[in-house]
Amino acid sequence: MLNNYDELNDMQLDVLREIGNIGAGNAATALATILDEKVDITLPKVRITDFDTAVNALGGAETMTVGVLVNFDGEAHGMIMFLLNMEDAKAIMSILIQDEEEGQDEVLSELKLSAIKEIGNILGSSYINSISTLTGLSIQISIPYIAIDMAGALMSVPIIEFGSVGDKVMFIEECFSAEENNLSSNIIMFAEIETLKIIMERLGLEI
Amino acid sequence: MSGQLVVGISDYKLARNPNIFVTYALGSCVGICLYDKQTKVGGLAHIMLPESSMFMKSDINRMKFADTATVDLVQDLIKIGADKRRIVAKIAGGAQMFEVQQGSAIGTIGDRNVVSVKNALHSLRIPILAEDTGLNYGRTVYFDLETGIMKVQSLSRSIREF
Repeated sequence: MLNNYDELNDMQLDVLREIGNIGAGNAATALATILDEKVDITLPKVRITDFDTAVNALGGAETMTVGVLVNFDGEAHGMIMFLLNMEDAKAIMSILIQDEEEGQDEVLSELKLSAIKEIGNILGSSYINSISTLTGLSIQISIPYIAIDMAGALMSVPIIEFGSVGDKVMFIEECFSAEENNLSSNIIMFAEIETLKIIMERLGLEI
Repeated sequence: MSGQLVVGISDYKLARNPNIFVTYALGSCVGICLYDKQTKVGGLAHIMLPESSMFMKSDINRMKFADTATVDLVQDLIKIGADKRRIVAKIAGGAQMFEVQQGSAIGTIGDRNVVSVKNALHSLRIPILAEDTGLNYGRTVYFDLETGIMKVQSLSRSIREF
């Protein structure tokens, strides 16, 4: 019986990797359309780590990071976070919006914030849609939420949500890169252990 | 004096002077600095969730929860020479990192953590001398056993001392 993330076996991890591959692949296609350039994704990593490692997983805990959070609910429960550093957030904005605000280095305007939020929303939706299509599960997603803060403080949100039982969290991580403009960003997916079971059962795996 | 003592999530550390504790990037978690000024014995806890009673399991990590971590840290401080009647507290963290919809559990976890820490300290009769809690940003906390000062650092904000 699967109760903790660290009890996942190799075959189950393979399935999760494939879920990540399909979800992030779909999201990468959406990102490529938005940026109008080719977007590559890394092989998905399924990370099962203690809390401190998770906090530091995406660069240093104190690194300023832009994060867009989307919750999903319904027959599956979890969170998707789209994370990128300030430089890449600004670079994406200069591709999308004719930038007349040069010089404002420290802050992103409301318009830019909401544009990044919307990108996170589109990527999260694409990810979840592909899981939903694959499994037949009915999954609803929340509106997107944005925060710019220390990477560790942003990561603590899903860690608190999914780390209440046990001392480990599990997340599936992929990195997007758009080489033409030298951009990179991450998408990570956290899900409840019950959700992982349901997804794997739907895909024909014995749990 | 060696380097700083780093306290992770769901963790606490305690020591005698001279020592400086640090815990990085508190979001909705809460950092609890406990200090006995006379002996300069103190500790820092980084709790993640409010109540251990929410969970049935007997093998929980007691350092993860506000109620259990506070009680255990006080016990351990007494063992290394603190006098419970002199222990005082300073707390930081408990932010709401994302402006989520009203009524969502993730939106209130920071507040609930702070309330639970205060309740735990209150029932131990430990006064709270300072707090820097709530709002919507992450905090790194330094706690110096020489002075008992809690230093809070955030991005794009000046460092504050309590």
